[in-house]
Amino acid sequence: MALLQRRRMRDRDAMIYGVLLILALAFPATVLYATGSSALISQAGHAGTFVLLAIGLNVVVGFAGLLDLGYAAFFAIGAYTYALFASSQLDSSPLHHSFHLPFWLMIFVGMFVAAAAGVILGFPTLRLRGDYLAIVTLGFGEIVPQLSYNLPQWTGGINAIGGIDSPSLPAWITGPWAGANNIAIIRPDVCPVLGSSTKFAPCFSFGFDPIAFYVLIVIMIIGAVILVGNLHRSRLGRAWMAIREDEVAAAAMGINTVTTKLLAFAIGASFSGFAGAYYGASFGLVSPDQFLFLVSVTVLVMVVLGGMGSIAGVIVGALVIYFVLNSILPQLPSTVESLANTFGLNSLNVQNGDWPGLAQETQRVSFLVYGLILVLMMLLRPQGIFPSRVREQELKHAAVQEDEAAVEAAHAG
Amino acid sequence: MSERPVVSENILELTSLTKRFGGLLAVDNVSLHIKRGEVFALIGPNGAGKTTLFNNVTGLFQPTSGRVVFDGRDITGSKPHEVARLGIARTFQNIRLFSYMSCLDNVRVGRHVRMHAKLWDSLFKLPSERHEEERVTQEAMDLLRFVGIAQQANQYARNLPYGQQRRLEIARALATDPKLLLLDEPAAGFTPQEKVELMALVGKILERGVTVFLIEHDMKVVMGISQRIVVLDHGEKIAEGAPDEVRKDARVIEAYLGKSA
Amino acid sequence: MSPPDLGFFIICALAIIGLAYEAFTQPTAFVQVSIFGLADGAMYALVALGYTMVYGIIELINFAHGDVFTMGAYIGTAILGFFSFNENSFTAINLVALLVVFPVVMLVMGAINIGIERIAYRPLRNAPRLAPLITAIGMSFVLEGVMFLWHGPATVHVPDLLPHGPGFQTTIGGVFIGFKDVFVVVTAAILVTLLAIFINRTRLGKAMRATAQDRDAAQLMGIDINRTIAATFFIGALLAGAGGMIWGLYYNNIFYNLGFRTGLVAFTAAVFGGIGNIPGAAIGGVLIGLIAAYSDSYIGSKWTEVVIFGILIGVLVFRPTGLLGMRVPEK
Repeated sequence: MALLQRRRMRDRDAMIYGVLLILALAFPATVLYATGSSALISQAGHAGTFVLLAIGLNVVVGFAGLLDLGYAAFFAIGAYTYALFASSQLDSSPLHHSFHLPFWLMIFVGMFVAAAAGVILGFPTLRLRGDYLAIVTLGFGEIVPQLSYNLPQWTGGINAIGGIDSPSLPAWITGPWAGANNIAIIRPDVCPVLGSSTKFAPCFSFGFDPIAFYVLIVIMIIGAVILVGNLHRSRLGRAWMAIREDEVAAAAMGINTVTTKLLAFAIGASFSGFAGAYYGASFGLVSPDQFLFLVSVTVLVMVVLGGMGSIAGVIVGALVIYFVLNSILPQLPSTVESLANTFGLNSLNVQNGDWPGLAQETQRVSFLVYGLILVLMMLLRPQGIFPSRVREQELKHAAVQEDEAAVEAAHAG
Repeated sequence: MSERPVVSENILELTSLTKRFGGLLAVDNVSLHIKRGEVFALIGPNGAGKTTLFNNVTGLFQPTSGRVVFDGRDITGSKPHEVARLGIARTFQNIRLFSYMSCLDNVRVGRHVRMHAKLWDSLFKLPSERHEEERVTQEAMDLLRFVGIAQQANQYARNLPYGQQRRLEIARALATDPKLLLLDEPAAGFTPQEKVELMALVGKILERGVTVFLIEHDMKVVMGISQRIVVLDHGEKIAEGAPDEVRKDARVIEAYLGKSA
Repeated sequence: MSPPDLGFFIICALAIIGLAYEAFTQPTAFVQVSIFGLADGAMYALVALGYTMVYGIIELINFAHGDVFTMGAYIGTAILGFFSFNENSFTAINLVALLVVFPVVMLVMGAINIGIERIAYRPLRNAPRLAPLITAIGMSFVLEGVMFLWHGPATVHVPDLLPHGPGFQTTIGGVFIGFKDVFVVVTAAILVTLLAIFINRTRLGKAMRATAQDRDAAQLMGIDINRTIAATFFIGALLAGAGGMIWGLYYNNIFYNLGFRTGLVAFTAAVFGGIGNIPGAAIGGVLIGLIAAYSDSYIGSKWTEVVIFGILIGVLVFRPTGLLGMRVPEK
């Protein structure tokens, strides 16, 4: 029976992956033909960054059971690592010399630097009780953006680092032979200017076309899913779960709990750094307010909502939350306004004394709505949308315990 | 029984081991030695410091003073995972399985310390890693068969009946390839039938060349399988010897039955 | 002394030497800064107590607590709206307003916090540990959202009804002391003393301590866990509500997300004093207030946040039990 259950589980995940892959492939062409603009594709690329972040945080939170509340700090470290060494920013720094290192190198450097920061932060902390990691990462997550505010001579401070280099494809793809006969997928010289590309095929070049970034992030996500999936079903993945289940027993089985936890923490950080470098390149602008506590919380919510430990679930969770935050909530005011018009309540839309107008009022509510969504989501489905099988049972168990406790209390009383 | 060259006759030697918690002497100056290939039992009334002694051997606690020598090597103050790597495995008095992992995975976690896959091997599923996984899965299944719960391989550990959980814990401990196996009250809560089966299982474990050091309350089990016994009371060693000698020892009777007896 | 201990010791020593130098060369400024720090610290202490009590009893970092603090100031301001008084002179009506507003704000916040616990935390007491943490963050957003909806993003003016101006301030040896500074410190001290008496002397207080020690054992001894936890939230909110009101009266400006930063700083104070340790939180609050004031003056206010969270990390890494910590972390 258990075997059957496991089978069903794998089928469910496979189905989610299948649907996601088809959507990911069909998305750009559909959007281009439907809307005639690539703005949505650019947004999808941005959403992809969060998917990548959520997959990485899932290693820390879902697999190893550690709580990281400053995940955005590593994201910032990756983004700044790329931005500093791939823009003219350092010209105006005390260094008076700028670097333009290639993206394909720096994305791994960003990953490495973030992982190193994770190790430095995690090593002394992971020896302690679990909660301490949460608190230390929370503090770290506050310090990193603050440092970038406070050191404008290096980071541009509140003015941000702009003009970040776009990745360039290697010569063996972009060389003169690449677009010899009208395929022209990669020839920058025939590409139209930024943003005006409306067809899928003719232009594939970073900096011109969000489609290039979209393709890149989809490839990176697929790679991440495969690699993290491999880890999940390996010696290391089992060690993480064992630590999550019972740290004392795990140590008694010969697992070095400190290094194993550190590895989970560093791998999570490296994902964040990697995503940060991509984000810097695709957005072209890096500023401290992109990495505040809210970002850490959002990614954590994505992981928990999707179902901790389940990679497929976490991807869905990330997409759902991203959609809510970036589509539903911002559109809420205008939707409400037009609804009021439809029902003949036009007067509500007009500002009147203390009343700022319905649209304005709705915009004010959206923060509240997000908070309510978080609370309700946890109360109604604390195991997430697609929990990994493990977590699902754990919750049932908790419910059982509660019943037992109630019975015991009744007996005692 | 063991084929390997013998370094020293004793697999474990405790010298003047003392563990103090604040004002409480949980283990008081206990010295004992366990010979290779024997079944050695530690008995005593509740609260006598038996599990504390286990925890000091396995590195969960740091002894206040004294020495722990395992297989000719001083392991006093080693970390639990180092002790496991050197070849001491244990079970717990109140079973500590990885509840939400399958039985198979529980045993495979036990294999962890004898596996070689590094991060990169697992990340990219290199052939060596795949072979190792296959081999380890085989070995884990063999161990599940050895303790008689192979049918439950894909069940969650927490879904097993109590007796099978105890067996699974033994299988998990054996998966670390121990030279010395510490069993903390393995027969607790067992039916007479299960106790007989447990005694047979301990016999089979001995045949694998593993020395067994157990804490047990059930005297039938203790007398039936152990060659030598040490009795603890209030953290102190009050008797040591073969089962028949210990059974007749006046201090032991007193400790168990109280002075009035 | 192990290397991390040594490093911690050196950093502390350097900070103390630096402060001693300032105190010696410019004693007036130093004392002045200390007084401001003390006033801030008293308010942090009130908030920190709520964090530490809740953490002590259910091991939850109650993210909404900082917003309970702000909410107290918002509600207090609304209540003060019913009074009409002259901000420039202290009359009987100001005194009446003060005597009314504190108990009402505290009780209302206590009730709200019990409601939050009942709705958002209690149903999840046996859920995975992350679930209540997420609802705590959610409740924080909800409270901030409510305040945003109420007054928008702008700062809200709190009537300046404490005695101030000439006649209610003095300068001793070049050091300025206002009535407000004294008021803040004295009020906080009174509240903390009452809390200490409550915790140590009353049945409920003892039940809270017992539950914090070992929930299962406390339950076996016949302690009503739900009631005890609710009481913890209630008392935490009494203090935070009062803290928010004091903050509002002291600074006369509040805004909807004031609680985020104040909450984090107060939480740092709780960690500083050893999380779960009640006297520790009070002392930690005062120390953090002082450190923040010194950092504002001697390092620059833009670095204060870095200094405070740096301390948070440093304490957890080098002194995980807090400076006065009594709770020893297991593994």
